[in-house]
Amino acid sequence: MFPSAFDYVRAGSVAEAISILDGSEDAKLIAGGHSLLPLMKLRLAAPSTLVDIGRLSELSFIEDRGDHVAIGALTRHRDLETSAVLKQSVPILAHVAGEVGDPAVRHRGTIGGSIAHGDGASDLPAAVLALDATMVVRSASGERTVPAASFFKGFLETDLGQGEVLTEIRVPKVSGGWAYQKFNRRAQDWAIVGVAVVRNGSTRISLVNMGSTPLRASASENAINQGASIEEAARLASEGIDPPSDLNASADYRRHLASVLVRRALQEASA
Amino acid sequence: MQVTMTVNGKTVSRDVEPRTLLVHFLRDHVGLTGTNVGCDTSSCGACTVHVNGEAVKSCTMLAVQADGQEITTIEGLASAEGELHPMQKAFQENHGLQCGFCTPGMVMAATSFLKENPHPTEAEVRLGLEGNLCRCTGYHNIVKSVLAAAAAAGE
Ligand SMILES: Cc1cc2nc3c(=O)[nH]c(=O)nc-3n(C[C@H](O)[C@H](O)[C@H](O)COP(=O)(O)OP(=O)(O)OC[C@H]3O[C@@H](n4cnc5c(N)ncnc54)[C@H](O)[C@@H]3O)c2cc1C
Ligand code: FES
Ligand code: FES
Repeated sequence: MFPSAFDYVRAGSVAEAISILDGSEDAKLIAGGHSLLPLMKLRLAAPSTLVDIGRLSELSFIEDRGDHVAIGALTRHRDLETSAVLKQSVPILAHVAGEVGDPAVRHRGTIGGSIAHGDGASDLPAAVLALDATMVVRSASGERTVPAASFFKGFLETDLGQGEVLTEIRVPKVSGGWAYQKFNRRAQDWAIVGVAVVRNGSTRISLVNMGSTPLRASASENAINQGASIEEAARLASEGIDPPSDLNASADYRRHLASVLVRRALQEASA
Repeated sequence: MQVTMTVNGKTVSRDVEPRTLLVHFLRDHVGLTGTNVGCDTSSCGACTVHVNGEAVKSCTMLAVQADGQEITTIEGLASAEGELHPMQKAFQENHGLQCGFCTPGMVMAATSFLKENPHPTEAEVRLGLEGNLCRCTGYHNIVKSVLAAAAAAGE
């Protein structure tokens, strides 16, 4: 299998990437290519032009900025997984990056690509949601910031417009407990359901593969933040949420898993 | 598009379509057929090569993305005199292959893994190879081979 034909341009700067995107109706950025190329090989995506930003080393960094850590969009999963700064200040993100796919996938895939792809079954989008991270987005008209809570819009759809590049992810440091529960059946697989918990003053809980985007478990969050027990809060994990049924799990089974995993994650984050 | 990269220490340059996958570039354009295509969907690891020293699934990378990079394939591991790489020897000595289809990818994944973790436990080897499938299910001896190679390197 190979993709349908396209033009290829390697961008020398973010500004160049933006100007190529602006001049085309369906040009697409490629970072690590580990979400986009599989789609293109299946001909589920067929952009006329690929703009390769994979070599923009200025977008590959992990920086301690006092109350938060700034991460360049092109930072690879492998670099997140092994980062001393993250292990110290945002350990959940280093841990979750290490749960993505397998080592070869982590050598190529980037945090920006994972977040821009916005797959509700992916690990890192749910993690940045629980972390209440901020996305930094650049376009011809300048820079804007978008909180994770309003970034993920629908199935493989985010707040990013054509002509916009995700450049940086700003992640608040974590002072309290955290946990990531990924439930799958086979090595290197995606989560059937996953749960991220971050306790930074209040508790935030996010869910993987319980909908078309990563979701907050709002009912569980409210309960635990108002003093309910872990068991009570966990029972509410899928309240107001309509999970998908697929080959791996029925919607009912996903609801059951969500409760079990929220309970385990809250216990782990409180230990 | 003209692409130029170092493959197993030699500079190679070819004119290819941008949609050419690295694995097809290596097999069909450079003639190195040691790297296999198994699943063609990024799952099995049969196509694993090193890009700048790190294991990558070459069915999920474009040749144009590898322009200017250093690629090592299974053909590049043995010495010029034909002496096998310690990992290849370990696979041979520990019966780490049956049909051999997954072996080039396994060996490339395992050598990349040992660079990152030179003294792994058995559990770490299994996790380190989770992106590589063996349909003869010879996992036990594959893991044994990698542990033997790690031990030999530590001697
Ligand atoms: C075998 C396999 C297993 C996997 N398992 C998992 C898993 O268990 N969990 C998981 O979460 N993920 C998994 N993934 C996906 C992996 O994490 C991808 O690497 C990641 O989702 C995409 O990152 P990328 O850099 O490769 O993005 P690309 O594929 O290059 O791009 C993805 C999309 O984002 C856009 N884009 C990329 N960078 C930017 C940017 N800076 N600004 C704006 N738009 C951008 C592209 O245009 C494209 O639409 C797996 C992938 C494979 C192949
Ligand atoms: S052929 Fe590339 S991973 Fe299977
Ligand atoms: S030895 Fe046959 S597939 Fe692994």
